[in-house]
Amino acid sequence: MKKDIILSGVGGQGILSIATVIGRAALAEGLQIKQAEVHGMSQRGGDVQSHLRISSSEIRSDLIPRGGADLIVSLEPMEALRYLPWLSAEGWVVTNTVPFVNIPNYPDEKALDAELHALPHVVLLDADALAREAASPRSANMALLGATAPLLDIAAERLEEGIRAIFARKGDAVVEANLAAFRAGYETAKKQTAR
Amino acid sequence: MPKRELLLGDEALALGALHAGLSGVFAYPGTPSTEITEYIQGHPLAAERNVHRTWSTNEKTAMEEALGMSFVGKRALVCMKHVGLNVAADAFVNSGMTGAHGGLVVVVADDPSMHSSQNEQDSRFYGQFALIPTFEPSTQQETYDMIQEAFDLSERYQIPVLMRLTTRMAHSRAVVEVREPKAENPLSYPQKARQWVLMPGNSRLRYKELIADNERLELEAAESRFNHYAEGGDKRLGIIASGIAYNYLMENYPDGCPYPVLKISQYPLPKELVRRLAAECHELLVIEEGQPFIEQAIRGVLPEPLKIRGRMSGELPRTGELTPDSVRAALGLAPHRAHAASQIVVPRPPALCQGCGHRDMYTALTEVVREFPNGKVFSDIGCYTLGWLAPFHAIDTCVDMGASITMAIGAAHAGQHPSVAVIGDSTFTHSGMTGLLDAVNEGANITVVISDNLTTGMTGGQDSAGTGRLEQICAGIGVDPAHIRVVVPLPKNREEMKRIIREEIAYKGVSVIIPRRECIQTAKRHAAARNKK
Ligand SMILES: Cc1ncc(C[n+]2csc(CCOP(=O)(O)OP(=O)(O)O)c2C)c(N)n1
Ligand code: SF4
Repeated sequence: MKKDIILSGVGGQGILSIATVIGRAALAEGLQIKQAEVHGMSQRGGDVQSHLRISSSEIRSDLIPRGGADLIVSLEPMEALRYLPWLSAEGWVVTNTVPFVNIPNYPDEKALDAELHALPHVVLLDADALAREAASPRSANMALLGATAPLLDIAAERLEEGIRAIFARKGDAVVEANLAAFRAGYETAKKQTAR
Repeated sequence: MPKRELLLGDEALALGALHAGLSGVFAYPGTPSTEITEYIQGHPLAAERNVHRTWSTNEKTAMEEALGMSFVGKRALVCMKHVGLNVAADAFVNSGMTGAHGGLVVVVADDPSMHSSQNEQDSRFYGQFALIPTFEPSTQQETYDMIQEAFDLSERYQIPVLMRLTTRMAHSRAVVEVREPKAENPLSYPQKARQWVLMPGNSRLRYKELIADNERLELEAAESRFNHYAEGGDKRLGIIASGIAYNYLMENYPDGCPYPVLKISQYPLPKELVRRLAAECHELLVIEEGQPFIEQAIRGVLPEPLKIRGRMSGELPRTGELTPDSVRAALGLAPHRAHAASQIVVPRPPALCQGCGHRDMYTALTEVVREFPNGKVFSDIGCYTLGWLAPFHAIDTCVDMGASITMAIGAAHAGQHPSVAVIGDSTFTHSGMTGLLDAVNEGANITVVISDNLTTGMTGGQDSAGTGRLEQICAGIGVDPAHIRVVVPLPKNREEMKRIIREEIAYKGVSVIIPRRECIQTAKRHAAARNKK
C-alpha cells in the first residue's frame, strides 16, 4: 500500500488537522508515514501545502516527486490547481469549490471551474456548505477529509477514531459536529467516485 | 514492543534530548527551530524534572546560559535558526575554546530556499570554523538517536557539538521508536579548570589541544554509524550524499543505488572515506542540502584528479532546497511524467492578518511620512516586515534583528530627516536596546516606533521578553519620558496617532512611540486557553 497526498489551502484554513487525522489513522494501522509541513512566514494568509506520504514499506524522501502524487486534497480550488505538476496521471483531485479571495488578481471563477471539471479524476464539493449543514461551520476541513476517505485505503472508522481523538478535549458536541461534517463529505464523494 | 510516535524532526530532537537526561533548553524562537523548545515546554517529563525551558532574550544569551549549565556538569541544549548563530557566534566560537563539561549541544536549523529567512547560510561552516564536531541527521529516527550520541560525544571529548537541521528535517513528521529516559547528570565541575578562563596564555595552550582533538574527532566520524559507505557495482560514478539529501538520492533508486554511496551525517568530514570513494570511482557527485560545503572542501583550487559534480558545477541548482526531482536530474534519470501546470494560478503572498495592529500603525505612519519629500523608514524583522508589501509600501529596509534603530541612527548622522525606525517588541529586547542606548548617547535625531503586540508574532506567539516594561526600559536607557508616547493602534485613533507621530518627528532628538495592542492570533489563543480552564 502506498498513498502520496498533497494537502493544500490558504494559511489558517486548517490543512494540518486533516494531516493529523490521517497520520493518526495510519499510525494505528502500523503504516509508515512522512509528512512535510509548512510553518512560519507563509502561514499568514499565503498559500500552504503539506506533503503526506503513507506506505507499508520504507519511505525515503519527505517530499513527493513531481508526477508522483496519488491525491491532491485542497481546501481551496485555485490552490488545488497550483500542485497539478505533482499529480500522477491516474491521480485524483479532491477539492473544496469555495474560492478564498484575498488577492486582487484572483483568477476568473468560470475559468477555474472549467479547469477543475476538465480533470480526469476529480471530486468537487462545497465543503463550507456541508460544514454549515452539519451545524459546524468551522469543520470544512473535516468535510473535505470525509470526501477523501473513499480514496484512501484506510478504513473510515479509523479516520473517525482520529477525529474523536483530536477533538476530544473540546467536548462531545464538537466531536459529533466534526463527525457529521466528515460523513457528509464521505457521502458526497461516494457518489462522485462511483462513476 | 518499543513505543512508536509520529514526530516532527524538531520534536524527535526535543524528545531525544529529554530522554538523554537534559537539564535545560535555552533558545530564542526562529523558524524552523521553534518547535524544539515548544515541545519541551509542553512535555510532562520536563515539568516533572523541572527542566529549564523558558525563552531567552536572544541567541547569544541562550548560548551563554547553556554554557554555564554545562560548566556545572549538566546537559544543556541550545536551539536557534541559522541567522541566530550569527548573533550567538561570539559565544559559540569561544565555547569551542573553553570546551564543555556537561554535554552541550547547539542545534541550528538552516533554511535553504529561505522559506522564512533573510539568507541561506549553511551552519556547517561555523562548525568547521570553530573546530566543533557537527551532526546532520537524515531521518527523524536518526535525529532522535543522534542527539543522545551527541551528548555522549560532547562529554567524552569535553566539547560542544553542533547539530544542523534543515527546514524539511525540522518540519517533517515520521514514525520514531523511542526509549526509556535516562537520569539527569549530578552537579560537577570541570577537571581542566584553566581553559575556562580564556586569557591569552590559557587560550594558546587550549587552541593546540582543540586542533589535536579535531583530528581525533575526524577519526570518530570515519567510524561513526551515522556515516556509512555502501558498495555499488557500477563504478562510473561515486556519490556523496549528506543529511536529508541522502533521502532524495534513495527515493530515486527504490531497488537500491547501483553506484557506491558515501552517506555523511557526522563531521569533521572523514577524508579517508572520501579518498576511498574517489579511488574506486571515475567521477564523483556530491549531493548536499544548503551551500556546497563538502563539494568545496574536496574540489579545492588545484586541478581535480577526477571530475566532481554538484552544486558548484551546475548539475544541481546552486541555490535553494534540493528536491527528489532536482536530484533525479543530476543522476541523469528521465523525469517522471507529470500533469502540465495550470496557466491561471497566481501567487498568493502572505499578508498581515486582517485586524492586526501593525496595519493601523503603518496606515498612520505612512500618511505622515509621505508629508515629507524624502522620509525613510528603517524596519526590522517580524510580522511587521510584511508592511513592505501592498497596500502599505511602508518600509525601506529590513536586514537583521535590531538593524532598524541603528541604521536610522547612521542615516540621521548623515543628514536624513525624518529618520524613522520600526521595530517589534520582541526584536527590540533581542537586539534593539543597545542601539537605543547609542541613539541616546549620540543625541541622534530619530523617531523609533516600537510596534508592541505583546508577543513574538512571526514565530507563532511566544512570550516576549520585555512585555509590560517597554516604557521603563526606554526611560532607563535615557529616552526623555516626555518623548515616550503610547498609543492604541485602532482605526478610530488614526488622527491622534498621526498627530503624535508628527510631533515626535518634529522633536529634535530621540523619541519613542509605542503603538500597543495584542496580536489577534495570540489573543485568540489566550482566550481559548482561558476557556479551557
Ligand atoms: C537572529 C534572528 N533570530 C530569530 C529570527 C526569527 N524571527 C524573525 S521575526 C521574529 C520575532 C519578531 O517578533 P516581534 O519583534 O515582536 O514582531 P512580531 O512578529 O510580533 O510583529 C523572530 C523570532 C531572526 N530572523 N533572526
Ligand atoms: S500574527 Fe499577529 S502580529 Fe502577525 S500579522 Fe497576525 S495579528 Fe499581526
